[in-house]
Amino acid sequence: MSESYDRGLVADFGRWTEFSAGMWAWVFHKFTGWVLVGYLFTHISVLSTSLQGAQVYNSTLSGLESLAIVRLLEVGLLAVAVFHILNGIRLLFVDLGVGLEAQDKSFYASLVLTGVIVVASVPTFLTGAF
Amino acid sequence: MSTKPSQSETETETDTEPATTGHQQRRLDDKRARADDRDEAAAQAETEFDGETVELKVFRYDPEIAGKEEPRFDTFTVPFETGMTVLDALIFARDSYDSSLTFRHSCRQAVCGSDAFFVNGSQRLGCQTQIEDLEWPVRVEPLPHSDVVKDLVVEMDHFYDQMESVDPFFDPDDLPDGELEEQRQSRQNRENIKLSTRCIWCGACMSSCNIAAGDNKYLGPAAINKAYRFYMDDREGSEKRQERLEIIEQEHGVWRCQTQFSCTDVCPKDIPLTEHIQELKREAVKENLKFW
Ligand code: HEM
Ligand code: SF4
Ligand code: FES
Repeated sequence: MSESYDRGLVADFGRWTEFSAGMWAWVFHKFTGWVLVGYLFTHISVLSTSLQGAQVYNSTLSGLESLAIVRLLEVGLLAVAVFHILNGIRLLFVDLGVGLEAQDKSFYASLVLTGVIVVASVPTFLTGAF
Repeated sequence: MSTKPSQSETETETDTEPATTGHQQRRLDDKRARADDRDEAAAQAETEFDGETVELKVFRYDPEIAGKEEPRFDTFTVPFETGMTVLDALIFARDSYDSSLTFRHSCRQAVCGSDAFFVNGSQRLGCQTQIEDLEWPVRVEPLPHSDVVKDLVVEMDHFYDQMESVDPFFDPDDLPDGELEEQRQSRQNRENIKLSTRCIWCGACMSSCNIAAGDNKYLGPAAINKAYRFYMDDREGSEKRQERLEIIEQEHGVWRCQTQFSCTDVCPKDIPLTEHIQELKREAVKENLKFW
């Protein structure tokens, strides 16, 4: 037999347009998980300004909160966290073998619920930002 | 040759197999829904044939022929008839247009497992997939995540190696005394493993799995399902069971599964693969937590 044709990594992973619900759930879960880890570091560094006294901490925080981009990022963080938690609960059920037939529906439910919660949070996060 | 299931066939199947109802019924329903909203692309296909024709876009590649080493898609226009499967259409294209068009097939009834292709972006058996249920034109490619030998033929060695690596055969600790004595299985136990015995080694599941694509050592859904079939069999005895557990929970075993459900979605025999993998994960945890 002659050589065979390896379609390569790009072709392999270029099939994302054909992904099904569970595959997207996995992609989003990994993504949101790592975004949360990334946030953890910024979170710690902002909080540690309190080591230099109340003054520094307060001015850092109010400085950050006065930036519209920070407010927007906060909405994004909430979206990421809420999806990760809801889909995380879905995954816990999957691990217990409960409701496996509805795994695609529970993923869509996580998405919709995340959307609703994020929209509802917009007034809280963005009042006075612009 | 039609493998389109008639209404009565579908009903008897679900009647006699209660365990399959939820999972299988859902897939059958999905299928019906797809048939319902199939568009009229058929009617528009211009034609040198009388009646409806369907366009087939087929992946072509032949390393041995000069000018064909570059992969490309060929389009074949095939006269459509009700009950026509993707395999039927491919056979028509090969017999009428290009005898070099190469694909594996044998039983034409979803039993031999040789004609799994990537049809319209999903792994399916050619002989089990109704042209009628698909969007037209129909795109047929070799299974993703495996090397292409020629046209729709892919290298299956790796898949078979993984299948063999889980000892896919009944191997009891002790044999009964009498030479002709049967090794009976309880009805309940048979029921537990029933769906897992259906595998036809087509490789569709392995091809659909992102994890298997990234980790060549991962056993893959079919091999783990095969391990499940024997691990759950009451008759083998504790020694073999322990051996099987070690295969199942090895580094590239069940723990690699990330529950994307892609395998379960594509399995032509409706085996609840993810469910079986998850069950084995729980078994592994339970066995390892046992300190008595
Ligand atoms: C109530 C809150 C949370 C729940 C219910 C939850 C649930 C889960 C679950 C079930 C998984 C496993 C997914 C799998 O099986 O593949 C997971 C993965 C992950 N989580 Fe969370 N999580 C939560 C909060 C967090 C937080 C706060 C962070 C970041 C600091 C985080 C970071 C991650 C990361 C990075 C992964 C991926 C790990 C991997 O690659 O395997 N999670 N989460
Ligand atoms: S488990 Fe299903 S998809 Fe996988 S090889 Fe067996 S029959 Fe094919
Ligand atoms: S030809 Fe045997 S499974 Fe399709």
